[in-house]
Amino acid sequence: MKKTAWLNVERRSVTSGRLVFAVSIIAILAALVVAGIFFQIYGVSPIRAYQVILKGALGSRLGLAETVRRAIPLLLIGVGLTIAFRALFWNIGAEGQLLMGAIAAAGVALFSGLPDPLLLPVMFIAGFAGGAAWGLIPAFLKVKLGINDVITTLMMNYIAIYLMEWLIHGPWKGPTARGFAYTDQFPRAAWLPTLYGTRIHWPTLVLGLLLALVMYILVTRTRSGFEIRVVGENPDAARFAGISQLKTTLLVMLIAGGFAGLAGVGEVAGIHHKLLGPLNISMGYGYTAIIVAWLARRNPLAVIITSFLFAIIISGGDVIKVSLGLPFQLINVFNGLILFFLIGSEVFIRYKVSFSFRGQ
Amino acid sequence: MGWETWIITTLSRTLAYGTPLLLGTLGEIYAERSGVLNLGVEGMMIMGAYSAFTTAYITGNPWLGILVGGVIGGIFSLIHAFASVTLKANQVVSGLSLTMLGLGLSGVFGRGWEGKPLPNPISSITVPGLSKIPILGPILFEGQNLLVYLTILLVPLLWYILYRTRIGITIRSVGENPATADSLGINVDRVRYLCVFLGGLLAGVAGGYLSVAYRPAWTEGMTAGMGWIVIALTIFAFWNPAHGMLGAYFFGALYILSFRLQPWISPEFLKAMPYAFAILVLVVVSRGTLQKRMGAPAALSVPYTRGEE
Amino acid sequence: MVANDGIDLKVRRGAIHCLLGENGAGKTTLMRILYGLYQPDEGEILLRGKPIQISSPRAALTHHIGMVHQHFRLVPTLSVEENVVLGLDEGIGPFLNLRKTRKKIGEISEEYGLPIDPQAKVWQLTVGQQQRVEIIKALYRDASILIMDEPTSVLAPQEVDQLFATLRTLVDDGLTIIFITHKLDEVMEISDQVTVLRQGKVVVTFPTSQTDKPSLAKSMVGREVVFRLEKSVVKRGEKLLQVDSVHALNDRGLPALRGMSLDLYGGEILGVAGVSGNGQTELAEILTGLRRVTKGRVILSGKAITNRSAREITDAGVAHVPAERISMGIVPALSVRENLILKSYRHPPFSLFCFLNRKESDANARRAMEDYQIAAPSDETATKLLSGGNIQRVVLARELSGDPRLIIAAHPTYGLDVGATEQVRQILLKQRERGAAVLLISEDLDEIMTISDRILVLFKGEVMGIIYADGADVEQIGLMMAGTRHEGAVGEKNRVA
Repeated sequence: MKKTAWLNVERRSVTSGRLVFAVSIIAILAALVVAGIFFQIYGVSPIRAYQVILKGALGSRLGLAETVRRAIPLLLIGVGLTIAFRALFWNIGAEGQLLMGAIAAAGVALFSGLPDPLLLPVMFIAGFAGGAAWGLIPAFLKVKLGINDVITTLMMNYIAIYLMEWLIHGPWKGPTARGFAYTDQFPRAAWLPTLYGTRIHWPTLVLGLLLALVMYILVTRTRSGFEIRVVGENPDAARFAGISQLKTTLLVMLIAGGFAGLAGVGEVAGIHHKLLGPLNISMGYGYTAIIVAWLARRNPLAVIITSFLFAIIISGGDVIKVSLGLPFQLINVFNGLILFFLIGSEVFIRYKVSFSFRGQ
Repeated sequence: MGWETWIITTLSRTLAYGTPLLLGTLGEIYAERSGVLNLGVEGMMIMGAYSAFTTAYITGNPWLGILVGGVIGGIFSLIHAFASVTLKANQVVSGLSLTMLGLGLSGVFGRGWEGKPLPNPISSITVPGLSKIPILGPILFEGQNLLVYLTILLVPLLWYILYRTRIGITIRSVGENPATADSLGINVDRVRYLCVFLGGLLAGVAGGYLSVAYRPAWTEGMTAGMGWIVIALTIFAFWNPAHGMLGAYFFGALYILSFRLQPWISPEFLKAMPYAFAILVLVVVSRGTLQKRMGAPAALSVPYTRGEE
Repeated sequence: MVANDGIDLKVRRGAIHCLLGENGAGKTTLMRILYGLYQPDEGEILLRGKPIQISSPRAALTHHIGMVHQHFRLVPTLSVEENVVLGLDEGIGPFLNLRKTRKKIGEISEEYGLPIDPQAKVWQLTVGQQQRVEIIKALYRDASILIMDEPTSVLAPQEVDQLFATLRTLVDDGLTIIFITHKLDEVMEISDQVTVLRQGKVVVTFPTSQTDKPSLAKSMVGREVVFRLEKSVVKRGEKLLQVDSVHALNDRGLPALRGMSLDLYGGEILGVAGVSGNGQTELAEILTGLRRVTKGRVILSGKAITNRSAREITDAGVAHVPAERISMGIVPALSVRENLILKSYRHPPFSLFCFLNRKESDANARRAMEDYQIAAPSDETATKLLSGGNIQRVVLARELSGDPRLIIAAHPTYGLDVGATEQVRQILLKQRERGAAVLLISEDLDEIMTISDRILVLFKGEVMGIIYADGADVEQIGLMMAGTRHEGAVGEKNRVA
């Protein structure tokens, strides 16, 4: 216990779920308040701004649809990240894994010559494989060579980005319009069906919801889930219990990378129907999903809620631009604030901070 | 254009572009040497770029802009230091959140500044006499600016401090083995705060250089991922300022060449090289003694608490 | 917990004073007080007759007290001279005057016979050389009292000789050395005075010339047998474990086991006695798949299990109660229920295909908590929140649940309160009655003598002797622990087993 004259910091021995929930809510509220200040600077009352956001993101059929479709990649990636984080594998590379999935899917769609009914299923398989492969490399490097997972996953993001750039400017170049490069459009059979009148590519959504459930069961009820938690919490005990750290880490990144790859398939097969500039496909989902997974406290089912929450925020960005004339970038500020307050508030979960009068 | 001229212009542009890379890397080297991983460099750079531009525009003094850019970058980094060192939060996530914040804030405030030309950018200098030296002259002494030279001078200074002074061994011990440093009476937290601040300061100056000297203008997201290259560079440099200089100009050259070699080599390949190189370096260094001699500071990204060993 | 209880210690100037005691006897706590890392709750410290306060390591230095830690406080990537000068206010402003430092290091090196290259990087040095740097660090800061915490635990034999020569030189020069150890050999060889600590109290202080190893062993271990346990007569079963001339290396690559052999039968407890650091940890690890055997074989019920994986060995019916209870024996953040199935989760009834059967593990947890009297708010409580005794109960419950044939128990009662200790011993005796073979590794000689059927003494990785516990006497065991090989004795006392 550390004691200064007036501030006591003591490690907490019991962590209740209620405390965690309360602290998370407070963190979000704090972010809302600080963001509100920015709204005020632009002459918009925060209350009004939040009202407009909620109305725009949820109030109309189209708005809700757009929010849902934005939640889809966040959901898939977020679920994968909860698994990775449980094993204490810091996967910052979901952006790159998403893109590799998109590339794999595009490759199948444009060049495989498969019969139509097979296209979409094979695209999903290829996308999963692409993202998984991209994630397995850093996993391997970490376990075999002890190389920092944060750096490797981060670097591989950019390698993936430039790989896609090369493809759309080079070998896979399609018709170019106004100086932007893309590939040819996918054949119709490679387009994901969407819900009537919206851009919600529902097969991916269903897949995401299913996988969230499956992963929840995996983590809480299966042997692998148990092993993942042991390896994450105490690698020594894992060794003692005969659990292979290598196999577990590879499994974890197979899932995290694969799911990000699936998200990539969803984006290109459901929304864009071609490959374009990488940042227009990944849209920062890989990074936002980190906050999604963090807020969900590594619980795959909770990701369903948190991914929807962040989809509202992203939709909100469009809304404030159109309805209030505020810059879209405020959303990044908001996200940054939430993430910052979330991790900053963790100190209150880990430690009990109390004040005492001098002389005690 | 004759090939000689082509080489000269390429190298000259490399020197110019490599400068902000070098500045950012020098700062990040110090931060990481003290054990703190700062992934917020991109955010600090862009905040530096924005504040430098607006200050220079309003006051008409580009150097004041650079100064303000550095200070803003430094203040930003203190937020990261507070989260990482005092609150012992996860450094990866803290850095990422600051990058998001930085990109967001600069995007928000920067609206309306786009497209405005800067009336008084940092002027380019041609050193009389020296610029007449064949080959080297036009590269080094023609069309560069004072900040480029100052940056080059910064390298031996920061190298010397890190390896030959008391402050330097203090910093290095804090990053390698904070428990030992603590037991010898060193204030681990204070050293880390200072190093992170230096990192933010230099990142801010680097950003300012971009908006006030290199291409005097403000565009949203103008740092275009330079912060991430800095992270890669720090590894590539083996956390050594001298290697950092070589690496910065090397990566700078790759970037410039990616445009100039476009008809022959795919630009994306060259642009991806820095990131691939960083991973390669990590693999090579992971073997045994090499890890000790040139590897990452052992306590990098691990928060330190006295008594929790 | 009381670590030091009314300790009176008088150290003469210019002498080497040894503090002897087993692990947990309170030596390290006492030294940490002297070095300023802890503050005493009561009592005072007098230096040369004047009371002083030592509030921090820096304060200790102002009183010229230097400490050489067991785990070195060095920065591997810095050079020797940089490490020596770290934290000091030398030089002009920020600049180092390494040449001056180098010269001074050279002088110290010369004077005290501590050859070292000041410019070498610490990671390049051998362990013995690194220790020299630690000593030089203290001398550089003008230490007149040097506290050394188990300095030989990391050294090879030749390095130990060099260290002792250095210590004698230092003492000749007027330094005072306080030497913490649990090795009887060293006490006799190097010290002028020795104080024996046991369970936080001072037992006795001798001038070394007036004592010998057996008396020290006796003082360290105590003669009273604390618990009188009813040990039933159990017929010895078949040979379950055979260890054949096994060699193994420790973490530092030095030989830890040197051709040791033993036989273990069902229905008996073989106690492995010896001062810690003589190969016991490595013995436990080779028997449980956590360390490689470099030569020799390990055979379980006729089947070779040499160098098999931990999982295979567990499945073959071997239980391991590890010495590192918290860092290895449990996953602290997981619940009691989950820790109870840490090894058995792969098998029915706890898992069906890949799914874990929650109901079964719940029932198992309830049963175990009742059988072993594990006191916890619920089976969902995080295991790290339990007391030491309850954590050990969880480990035992888990390890013994599969009716194992062979049980390796390493320091099972270390740090436990009286009640838990009694319970653990009863449990081991019950397993013996059940017909299991138990290998008990312990530093508590009382314990070994009370519950073992036979006693094996390890010294420097070799077996000094195996004798029947019934009728064995402490002095003889003490001698074996100190390195005297036991020749076959005829007659009742110390019968060879």
